[in-house]
Amino acid sequence: MPEALLDVRAIDAYYGDFQALFGVSLRVNVGEVVAVIGANGAGKSTLLKTIVGLMSPRRGDILFDGAPVGAAPAFEVVGRGIALVPEGRRLFPSLTVEENLKIGGQSRRPGPWTLARVYDLFPVLAERRHLPSTSLSGGQQQMTAIGRALMSNPRLLLCDEISLGLAPIVVRDIYARLPAIVAEGLSLIIVEQDIAQALHASNQVYCLQEGRIALQGAARELTRERISAAYFGV
Amino acid sequence: MTEWLNVILQGVLIGGLYAMFAAGLSLIFGVMRLVNIAHGDLIVLAAYVALMVTQTLGIDPLTSLLLVTPTMAIIGYALQRGLLNRTLGDDLLPPLLVTFGLSIIIQNGLLELFTADSRKLQAGAIEIQTFQVIEGVWVGLLPLIQFLVAVAVIAALQVLFYRTALGRAFRATSDDQPVAQLMGLDTRHVFGMAMALSLAIVAIAGVFLAVRANFDPAIGSARLIFGFEAVIIGGLGSMWGTLAGGVILGVSQAIGAQIDPGWQLLAGHLAFLVILAVRPQGLFPKVSG
Repeated sequence: MPEALLDVRAIDAYYGDFQALFGVSLRVNVGEVVAVIGANGAGKSTLLKTIVGLMSPRRGDILFDGAPVGAAPAFEVVGRGIALVPEGRRLFPSLTVEENLKIGGQSRRPGPWTLARVYDLFPVLAERRHLPSTSLSGGQQQMTAIGRALMSNPRLLLCDEISLGLAPIVVRDIYARLPAIVAEGLSLIIVEQDIAQALHASNQVYCLQEGRIALQGAARELTRERISAAYFGV
Repeated sequence: MTEWLNVILQGVLIGGLYAMFAAGLSLIFGVMRLVNIAHGDLIVLAAYVALMVTQTLGIDPLTSLLLVTPTMAIIGYALQRGLLNRTLGDDLLPPLLVTFGLSIIIQNGLLELFTADSRKLQAGAIEIQTFQVIEGVWVGLLPLIQFLVAVAVIAALQVLFYRTALGRAFRATSDDQPVAQLMGLDTRHVFGMAMALSLAIVAIAGVFLAVRANFDPAIGSARLIFGFEAVIIGGLGSMWGTLAGGVILGVSQAIGAQIDPGWQLLAGHLAFLVILAVRPQGLFPKVSG
């Protein structure tokens, strides 16, 4: 079995009394792209928030590179090499594009990602580096959010709904850059509602349904019918 | 005519002091949405710290800033990490109540230690040195230094906010705390640094206040009001607006006092109320977008 970079073992997560995840397990191997799909409210974002330490699991373990992440606060998790591209992009509106990228590199982990390298990947950002991040189009904001996460030189990049609210052509453009990111040795978890896009970009797929893993398998082996069944719970 | 020029000039110069009262207040509200009711009493605390330092070491008040400023900054950091961080959350009320309590504790603590007697810091010859700007218009050296220091403090804050990594961290934390944490920022530390900076400015303001006039443990709340008024006149989130707010408040008070000495404070409050009614966002609000 290849080395697991991230090993999520049977976690339960709650919002107050409401249980959002039921014994969810997930594995990401080095260099792998894992897609997590599921309907609204299936627990996809909760899973990511738990991995980065914005929420603590009530039961179960999360191992990163063999060591437990435990209840580490979010600001320490990024130092270990996990970065999140949050849903809705959540750029800092008072910061310029370049300042958003620089603050991503705040943890000063060594690695291949620098401002220049991010501008190579998304040249349009270089032209707009001194503009307020709020003046960018949705696609450019998404690129900034991905660049900001890359600046921390993560080993695992979590992307939450990067296609949300973007035109299909922009989504294709952004997905076309993911292989260049993986080529730098990163592993990815992409959370998506756009199933076709997710299947195309990933090696492994997990389908969440009402907080439980309803289906998992290699992306190329899963049929549309099985995914639809797990997605809609029919 | 020169009489009125003198009045306005004195108002402008005292406005620098008000801007320093306001800058620390505005910084804290901007970064962590904390309304620090104890701000005025912390200014008075800084004045007493300076009193102890000058009396113990026999140095002049302006030199004492080298010790008072870091002391107040350390107090600020400890206060934030030890107490105020615990009050922060979605609700504005807990920090309001806790800083109100802190204000009472500081006032009574100072009363216990230093009695209610009025004190003043002696700065020596520069207190009475004046020079003539134009025929009939005189400027005191000390008020001028105080104003220039205020401008320097505001300029330094502006540079710190927009040109340094710490300033970037302040703005990012102010925008979105959870995401700031995802960037590896320990927001508890960022808030500590913001309070340390706020109290460093408080130290400078406290020393100039104590050189300029008598002080006793009870004068903090009036300084808090001047600070609030300057922030609101200038517009939240704008450093230079805060300086303008302080100057407008200072000039209004000076004009009021010139008409009738009893009208000094009233004139300042009236100017504040007029601006609040006409332009509630302040004269120079932060440009959003």
